[in-house]
Amino acid sequence: MMCGADTQLDPDEPGDGEESAVGSAVVFSSLLEDSAEDLYDTAPCGYLSTLMDGEIAKVNGTLLGWLGYRREELVGARRFTDLLTAAGRLYHETHYAPLLRMHGEARELALDLVAADGRRLPALVTAVVKSSEDGQPLLVRVTVFDARERRSYERELLESKRKAERERERLQRLTSTLQRTLLPDALPDIDGVEVAAHYHAASSDQVGGDFYDLFPLGGDQWGFFLGDVCGKGPEAAVLTSLTRYALRAAAVHDADPSSVLTTLNTVLRQQRRPGAPRFCTVVFGVLEPDGDGFTVVLAGGGHPPALVIRATGEVDVLETPGGQLVGALPHPRFTGNSTRLDPGDVLVLYTDGLTEARRADGTMLEEEGLAEIAAGLAGQRAEAVVKSLVDVLTEWSGEPSDDTAVLAIGHPGAIHPEARC
Amino acid sequence: MTESGRVDGRPVVFSHGFGCDQNMWRSVVPAFEPDHRVVLFDHVGAGRSDLSAWRPARYSSLAGYAADVLDVLDELDLRDAVFVGHSVSAMIGVLAANRDPSRFGGLVMVGPSPRYVDDGDYRGGFTAADIDEMLDSLDSNYLGWSAAMAPAIVGNPDRPELGQELTDSFCRTDPEIARHFARVTFLSDNRDDLPLVTLPTLVLQCREDVIADRPVGEFVHRSIPGSELVVLNATGHCPHLSAPEETTAAILDFTARLGVRQ
Repeated sequence: MMCGADTQLDPDEPGDGEESAVGSAVVFSSLLEDSAEDLYDTAPCGYLSTLMDGEIAKVNGTLLGWLGYRREELVGARRFTDLLTAAGRLYHETHYAPLLRMHGEARELALDLVAADGRRLPALVTAVVKSSEDGQPLLVRVTVFDARERRSYERELLESKRKAERERERLQRLTSTLQRTLLPDALPDIDGVEVAAHYHAASSDQVGGDFYDLFPLGGDQWGFFLGDVCGKGPEAAVLTSLTRYALRAAAVHDADPSSVLTTLNTVLRQQRRPGAPRFCTVVFGVLEPDGDGFTVVLAGGGHPPALVIRATGEVDVLETPGGQLVGALPHPRFTGNSTRLDPGDVLVLYTDGLTEARRADGTMLEEEGLAEIAAGLAGQRAEAVVKSLVDVLTEWSGEPSDDTAVLAIGHPGAIHPEARC
Repeated sequence: MTESGRVDGRPVVFSHGFGCDQNMWRSVVPAFEPDHRVVLFDHVGAGRSDLSAWRPARYSSLAGYAADVLDVLDELDLRDAVFVGHSVSAMIGVLAANRDPSRFGGLVMVGPSPRYVDDGDYRGGFTAADIDEMLDSLDSNYLGWSAAMAPAIVGNPDRPELGQELTDSFCRTDPEIARHFARVTFLSDNRDDLPLVTLPTLVLQCREDVIADRPVGEFVHRSIPGSELVVLNATGHCPHLSAPEETTAAILDFTARLGVRQ
């Protein structure tokens, strides 16, 4: 055979360009690799054949070398599962063997082989069933690749994945804690008034931009607000915190809703920074007892109108027309409105997460749709109203994709009109 | 859930073990169809089951899986059903039958083990460290699992063009669920539930089984009053795959001898 190779490599052979020199080298190499048996025995991967019950029928020298066994210690003497760890045997019987039986092959299974001296050999194992012409399974051919490097890389990947999961959980805890500090722990008890609220942050990773509060103003007056800062995440948290404290402090000084919003506007503008827009939409109001009811005075800056669900079944929309985004302009205009809560009436404030909820056909609820639903809630207490609105939201959107806040202030009085004296 | 066979035949419910899905029974099922109402289902997290139905708390013990079995029997309003459970499903069947035997006519336990981990004189065959290592190896073997597979597994049981994908997805499952199921399977101890079984019971044990070897099958047989033990000539843990004829014959012989309960 070698003489043939000599002929091929003869430098004096005429017409040999560079290309054919390469061709000659390949041919020469192929002649070196002239024995399929030698290739089987010394291939850079382990070869193993077993009978269908796992008994080892043939094994190559590479695998024997890796495992430190003599051929006669394995062939006819052991099963493939005997070369596995206990854990590997469990995996073999629950995954590998069923796959082989049903699919005729099992690919890239990560198993540890155990060497004669107890050492572990992390391996990637692929097996195919050899069948007779009539489809009867005869034996299983197995290739074994040394996967030490790969396994340690995989372990690092897994560790990174677990670390990322832990970090995410930590972030979510931090976010929910921060979120709680931006909302009232509990709404205060007000004589003769029922209040209820709902808050949903669209993301568990990010602080939402909606906020609300209800607090005493001295005497028997109460202040309340609900709004939506632009943005999400840390910037929104900073802005929400600033807005809440500015609103509460401004109300102590002068509780007139328009002047409270004007003060907030000034504060937000003082805190402006390039690239960090600082504005919000908000409704601010004051609640005060008045005979057998309450008066409500409020002002809005760019926020959707509040609703009053009357005990009679009507819904009043408390427009605050022309009210401008708070923090956007140096001299904004805020418009006020006022109303009276009689027994059985419920005032509802909300953010656009509610009115932008989408029906199954993709259309949004909008303010008109909300007013229609609200009309059906007449006579219900504040808590039931909030629950009904939230039910609509979750029924439509599943997990709503936008932040949503709802605050309801109700005068329970006589819920049934006929019970009124 | 898949149904076949005779609607008015005695119901036989096949329940797969850890690792694969109801396809495991495909070589066995045809022999039952002429005379039985055959019911196959996938445990939650396996095969084509609805992954969204999985809740870690519900499935933190085998009782959650047993409750699912009772739900299946209730939904189909089965009476006198023979429950054939492989591996961990054999124990799930015991738990379900002990909770409400009214719908069962008999139990067939294929390769059962009430406890895999050795405990004192009891030989389950594995140490706690073996089980931990196996759970780790699951992580390695599921590295190639892709969440993108899930919709193909779950969503389109009626679309035959997805058949190939379904075949490819055989034995694939969400790694999170698989690890959880493995932990529950291999760390459970249900030895005390065995003496409470009141149903006619057949224990099918392979001659050699590295997961649940003969002493374990004999323990199960001794612990269940009046049970029968059949040692199959088959080896391995899945005789319904490696020796379907022998397995089928043993189960058919058992069901033929079961009387109809009043």
